[in-house]
Amino acid sequence: MRTLRAAILIACVLAAWQALFAFAGASALTSPRDTIAYAAELLSSPGFYPHLIETAQAFAVALAIAISCGILIGFTLGLYRFAADVGEPVLVALYSIPKITLYPIVLLAFGIGMPAKIAFGAIHGIMPIAIFALGAARNLNPVYLKAARVMRLPPSRIAARVLLPAAIPEIFTGIRIGFSLTLIGTLLGEMFASQRGIGHLLIQAIGLHNVRMIMALTLLLVVVAVTASALLLAVDRRLRRHMFGAP
Amino acid sequence: MTAGRLRFALALALVLLLEALSRFGVIDRFAMIPPSEILWHLGKILSGGEMWPAIGKTLTNVAMACIAAIIVGVILGTLIHGWRSLRETLDPLFAAYYAIPVYAFYPLFIVIFGLGDVPQVLIGFMLALVAVIVNTLNGLDRVPRVLIKTARIQRLGPLATALKITLPYAVPYIFTGVKLAVAYSFIGVIGAELIMSRTGLGYEIGFAYNNFDNAVMYPLIVLVLAIAATVNTMFFLWEKKMLARRRK
Repeated sequence: MRTLRAAILIACVLAAWQALFAFAGASALTSPRDTIAYAAELLSSPGFYPHLIETAQAFAVALAIAISCGILIGFTLGLYRFAADVGEPVLVALYSIPKITLYPIVLLAFGIGMPAKIAFGAIHGIMPIAIFALGAARNLNPVYLKAARVMRLPPSRIAARVLLPAAIPEIFTGIRIGFSLTLIGTLLGEMFASQRGIGHLLIQAIGLHNVRMIMALTLLLVVVAVTASALLLAVDRRLRRHMFGAP
Repeated sequence: MTAGRLRFALALALVLLLEALSRFGVIDRFAMIPPSEILWHLGKILSGGEMWPAIGKTLTNVAMACIAAIIVGVILGTLIHGWRSLRETLDPLFAAYYAIPVYAFYPLFIVIFGLGDVPQVLIGFMLALVAVIVNTLNGLDRVPRVLIKTARIQRLGPLATALKITLPYAVPYIFTGVKLAVAYSFIGVIGAELIMSRTGLGYEIGFAYNNFDNAVMYPLIVLVLAIAATVNTMFFLWEKKMLARRRK
């Protein structure tokens, strides 16, 4: 049933795309068939892989930073009530700031290249992960914490042995949201601050008005993003069912 | 209240630290100018007046994108909530939506609508819309059955039920969507302006950056952040007031 629905959704999107193509014409976008063909051509051309690998590397490092720092910040604030009172509004405010305006500052601080992309991706992903980790730590059953304190566990072991296992489902939701934001952040970083990577190809294609390239890259990004996020969502649901028993 | 004071003190200490670091040359003037100078330049830019058209343009576009997203999002959310199979079909799309780099559609919009305000507003609208829809659905899910049964006993039609019973009940959840919509429409409009446009705050920031004009760039960045933070705080306070009234 679920596959049928997914198939219907994809068919509707393709039909809408084809209709838009008929309406807007070849100067604005390419038809679904041409785009898929060109995307396949890109994927089979050797010149494309350095860009893909560059983006994948930057994204992986940015995501690793966002996850580790996010959990660290969230747990630190979550374990101490006063720290949470002070820090949570700051986290929420930072989350809602239009971080794209910060890109010149990131560029001036890191220079053009890999570090700037990674930093830009990480600052997008870190806040949601921290906010969810904070929520998870605060909602932890206090008995667990008391037991850990009675056993005189140091804070690092409380975090690793008690907090992390208990908070996994919520943290995973944070990671799922952080994943998308980090991907967007990394791509934006590449659009402004790089000579390589998918984002760079995209901004170059925008500048040259290379519609085929724009459409093919967008298609590839959308397919990757939607697939990854569907997988993460499936894992997320499973974890929640496992932990809480609820559907 | 002590938490608030400590937060203020920490922010102040951070600003003073930045000031000291840049005054003593630890941070290169080329990378950043001291906070006091940022404020001074900001005052000069605002009183000079030549930036006001750009500020006005950006804020108008953000407001249009945001208001359109809220209205359309609540309507679509209500419709989708009433149609179960449509909702189950769209759910995976909503879950994956924010992983799609919406900016990739920007050149397409420019070709279709021209390099005016429409593509930028559309990007902001697209980013904000799904947050409103998802939170509207979430709110409508939580309406107690007894309220819906009461509506049915009173023989309210679907429209009247939505307007008088279910949507008012869902307001706190919709409000979460509205706050996200504000943030997303800022991000969408300013990001689009940075990528390609002829006016607006994003364009001016990008222009100043390309000319290494820190005396314009930093004040404008601070201005954008200050506007976004102010709007957010206003919504936060409004929400708190609304929730307090509801609890009585």
